[in-house]
Amino acid sequence: MPARSATLDRLIALGALIAFAVFAGLFLELEEQWEIASLAVIGVAAFYVAGRSGLAARIESVTAAHPRLSPLAVMVAVLLVALALYESHFALLMLATVMLYVVACLGLTVQFGYAGIVNFAGAAVFGVGGYTTAVLAAHTGTPHLLILLFGGVMAAVIGSILILPILRTRGHYAALVTIAFALLFRTFLEVNDTLGGPQGLKVPGLEILGWSFNERIELDEDREISFFLSYVVVALLLAGFAWLLVKRLERSWLGLSLDAVRLDETAASVFGIDVARWKIFAFTLGNFLAGLAGGVYAMMIGYIAPTSFTFADSLILVSIVLLGGSGNPLGVIPAALLVVVLPEKLQVIQEYRFLLFAVLVILILRYRPDGLLPRRPRRYFPGDGG
Amino acid sequence: MDIGILSQFVLNGLVLGVVYAMVAVGFTLFFGVLDVIKFSHGDVLMAGAFVALATFAGLQLAGIESPLLTMLLITLAAVASMGLLGALLARFLILPLKSAPPLNTLLATLMFGLALREAVRLFYPAGSNPKPFPRLLPTDAYSIGNFTLRLDSVIIVITGLAAIVALHLVISRTRLGLAIRAVAQDAETARVMGIDFRWVVLLTFAIGSALAALAGVANGLYYNEINFSMGLLLGVIGFSAAVVGGLGSILGAIIGGFLFAALQTIGAVWFAVPAYKDVFAFAVVIMVMAWKPTGLLAERSAERV
Repeated sequence: MPARSATLDRLIALGALIAFAVFAGLFLELEEQWEIASLAVIGVAAFYVAGRSGLAARIESVTAAHPRLSPLAVMVAVLLVALALYESHFALLMLATVMLYVVACLGLTVQFGYAGIVNFAGAAVFGVGGYTTAVLAAHTGTPHLLILLFGGVMAAVIGSILILPILRTRGHYAALVTIAFALLFRTFLEVNDTLGGPQGLKVPGLEILGWSFNERIELDEDREISFFLSYVVVALLLAGFAWLLVKRLERSWLGLSLDAVRLDETAASVFGIDVARWKIFAFTLGNFLAGLAGGVYAMMIGYIAPTSFTFADSLILVSIVLLGGSGNPLGVIPAALLVVVLPEKLQVIQEYRFLLFAVLVILILRYRPDGLLPRRPRRYFPGDGG
Repeated sequence: MDIGILSQFVLNGLVLGVVYAMVAVGFTLFFGVLDVIKFSHGDVLMAGAFVALATFAGLQLAGIESPLLTMLLITLAAVASMGLLGALLARFLILPLKSAPPLNTLLATLMFGLALREAVRLFYPAGSNPKPFPRLLPTDAYSIGNFTLRLDSVIIVITGLAAIVALHLVISRTRLGLAIRAVAQDAETARVMGIDFRWVVLLTFAIGSALAALAGVANGLYYNEINFSMGLLLGVIGFSAAVVGGLGSILGAIIGGFLFAALQTIGAVWFAVPAYKDVFAFAVVIMVMAWKPTGLLAERSAERV
């Protein structure tokens, strides 16, 4: 590809990033219902046009060519958006929530998009992380960073109960295992009094090295920075970590093995790939990420209850993965933004959100089964322009 | 525990088992014919119960008092409307997705179930509250010690079993059943033999969904209460029963249905907190899946590569 065009592509990618940041900022900040609705329509239309005109492909090729620089640029952009909204609790809370959902959905992407294990208990795994964090933070003096890590480990451990049935079953039978677990988990939480029963648990705020996240930061007399800004930073770091991990994984021979397992188990095993090992790997890693996200989420919200981890929430997580384009980490970001923020901002549809998502997902499955940003075929030499 | 309470538990388990078996038979039927899981099955059941309730309200307005006539009419309305819904679902959602990965169909029908559930919650008058379901069956009871035999339970069990047996006869004895079995075995060959594939699929989905509606009405009559979210759990239970029994086998679905009811009953007796019964039952289901990955009565199949 000629150099001039590559420079142009880079400029386009930068422009797209700025546009997306402005869009996200406006989306979080605006209050008027018609403004939000029109923004959402513009966003979806822009996506569609970008996809159709080949712009999206060019942007993706730039990000693929700069695997280190591009996530950094995105993180800087998110940080700038967060700083611009420094006073608004709600907008920052939304921003952090979106990023935690991105982390959880990256976990599901590893499971479903790469290894082909569908997990209908995503919200339950997320909840395991949250409840572990809540219990440990309330009853022990363990440093909070360790607790968060432990939340992820616990999610992976509890998820590993399902490994044996998942390995032995396939397709619908495997789906049943996770569905049964999702329902079991919620019922268990509701009747278990030590975990707060239906009322749930209070969770202390995050504290790292003596820095309490829930304290106000005052700039001067009448201006203060919302404490959610600190959570945005943590969520951002976590999302950056998860992103790097998942992208590296995708590029490596590990990702190649996972793809082989998803596409054809029999063929993969004929070529000496240990199908069971890779499924365990993907399932555990995915649960770990979801659990981490759940822990931070619990500390940020300060309160968790079984109603936040229902089967419907698991379905929403799966919908985000599918909406973004199964197996494409990049697609998770706009999909999570849309799915998490839109119903919160657009109160008209708040009540109808499950109905609307259900219809949306059905339409996508029917007419665009690859999602908003379909995963591209693997390229073995990133950077050489295709 | 004395024999009276024990037989009471057995009877309650039987009623539940029949309802579960009716749902499970639907799953097994769809899987047999088209190799798909229609996950909205439980919500179709719920919608059937709500149609029955709405019909009941309509009949009250029209001044029809006879319980027998009311009973027949609401059952008919539920069964007919859900049969139609099942056929429409097959025509517009499941058949178009036939060549997509099976999980897409699973997810699409899950989402359809969610949509159905939400639609009832949002659009049925005061749909988010539990609704009392009329007691239409005779409630005469015969007591022997601690054991009470209620006539309505007996009627539900007998009707449910009769429906399943009738379905079994249709499938094993009639030309339609032959066509269904042919499509289940090999859709392409069946087409070559002049079987109208689409019709068979639509009819199968209509039959299965009608059976779910019947189960919904039975469930409503037994508990005297229905709510918009009852379908999710019943659907998953029916699916579990079908899978545990072995997808594609009607006998397996019946065994699975009664097994699940037995597990729940044991769980309820065993644990001090009755709500643990579902936790217990699902935990056992997960264990059974680990032990027999294709169900107790596994369909024999070899994978050709």
